[in-house]
Amino acid sequence: MTLLDIKNVSVNYGRLSALRNVNLALEEGETLFVTGPNGAGKSTFLKAIAGVVALRTGSIRMFGTEIGGRVPEDIARLGFSMVPEGRHVFGSLTIEENLRLGVGMRSDKNAIARELEDIYNAFPMLKERRNQPAGVLSGGQQQMLVIGRALMTNPRLIAIDEPSLGLAPKVIDDVYSILMKLRDRRGLTLLIVEQSSTRVTMTGGQMILLRGGEVVLQGNARELTKGDALKAAYFGYGENH
Amino acid sequence: MTALLQILFDALSLGSLYALGAIGIALIFGVMRLVNFAHGDYISFCVFALLWPSIDATAIVFAGQLPAYLLIPVILLAGACLSMLSEILVFRRFRNANPATMMIASFALGFVIKYTLLMLFSSRPKSIDLWHELALPIELLDARIPLLQVITIIITILILAGLVAFLKRTRFGLEMRAAAENFTMARMLGVHANAVILLAFAISGMLAASIGLILVTQTGTVDIQMGSSVMLVAFIATVIGGLGSLPGAVVAGFLIGGISVLMQVILPLDVRPFRDAFVYGAVIVVLIWRPNGLFALRSAKQRV
Repeated sequence: MTLLDIKNVSVNYGRLSALRNVNLALEEGETLFVTGPNGAGKSTFLKAIAGVVALRTGSIRMFGTEIGGRVPEDIARLGFSMVPEGRHVFGSLTIEENLRLGVGMRSDKNAIARELEDIYNAFPMLKERRNQPAGVLSGGQQQMLVIGRALMTNPRLIAIDEPSLGLAPKVIDDVYSILMKLRDRRGLTLLIVEQSSTRVTMTGGQMILLRGGEVVLQGNARELTKGDALKAAYFGYGENH
Repeated sequence: MTALLQILFDALSLGSLYALGAIGIALIFGVMRLVNFAHGDYISFCVFALLWPSIDATAIVFAGQLPAYLLIPVILLAGACLSMLSEILVFRRFRNANPATMMIASFALGFVIKYTLLMLFSSRPKSIDLWHELALPIELLDARIPLLQVITIIITILILAGLVAFLKRTRFGLEMRAAAENFTMARMLGVHANAVILLAFAISGMLAASIGLILVTQTGTVDIQMGSSVMLVAFIATVIGGLGSLPGAVVAGFLIGGISVLMQVILPLDVRPFRDAFVYGAVIVVLIWRPNGLFALRSAKQRV
């Protein structure tokens, strides 16, 4: 089943065009990596899906529902969870409150308790400090918290803007292993903004490269990361360079 | 000792009013970055809800005749309804406007409410007898404290405790705190923006109603200006407390109440009429020292 069907999507900030004619289809259980230089429109792409920025043109269908023009909470309630760039932890809320914030849409109490334990097992540091305000956490710890929080909503599709940013390599491994487990076990669909080509190669899946708000390269992640085409497209070299 | 106790109760009961007002403003600012200048007119509206509309000099008591167990919920409900209605009819349209536009809209709304009341009730203050038995003093360690002061303080403490319990212990409270800190992120986690904002307005309106009830009982009059004087100080309290910070609003409310009463006592008789100049002078000093207020929120400016 096509989870995410993006057709002709453009986004403007005022007169500035941030995203132009993006087309994409993502099947359930698939992984999509989005990469590209700074200012390429990667974060805008995620925000458009989350309903945080308005579409200028085009349509986005998620789980078969048109979400263009829908508000973020409605899209979240369809089963979409977003980890935006910049680690938006709620600093005055405790760590556990942060984790529980996203479960308001769920009624399966036992599963919630179990998944909370799963998150705590994966990131024991969060459990130790569960009753402290999240603002005291370091950058890397906050990143773990927002990823944990996004998973607590029990999403079918999760979008993460640069999960590796500010995390120690060991923790990045942990984060990816949790994501892979959820993908394999319950068909979680992943949409990840990632700059590390090793990570992309290890995980596999689809990949798009954005530059100047346009998709300049699209295909199988492992194949794209192998050749020079990716580097060329990333930096915008000419075709025959 | 006796005088000290008197001053303490004066300060606490005045501070209570300011604190309740400041929280009402801070709650709304928290969830939508709106400084609601119509808040004072909510207070006036609730006060006038005790009366039957008439431009006669004598008040025709209406809801004010009800027994307390009915009167209090009715007035609280009136405040909540007016407040929610102003969100649905007015502020919702300005959700994405800049804060200055929203502020102007709230001014305009305040004038609409005020002049509607003027049309219905005329501008003359009217006297109304509400729970006059509460004005009787009680003896406490040789000091004669008006019972109403004690009740005001107790009620304020109960309201604050209830609010803390709501914010800390309930799902809606959690969502409201999250929304106050980062609204967009909260929405991306499924928090319903409209529900949280509407609830904040309802609570804010009920706070305005409680201030109205306390004021009427204290003064025995119903006056169109009643709300605005409290509102001005309450607004200053929210700024001093750090806009959007609820604990800050409460502390600053009591602080201003305390300073006002203290000035009244320690200032020489000749300068006493200019007390407010000293109070607001202190406000300026505090703001120079802490421009973002005593309890500045890191998130007060950021809005994704």
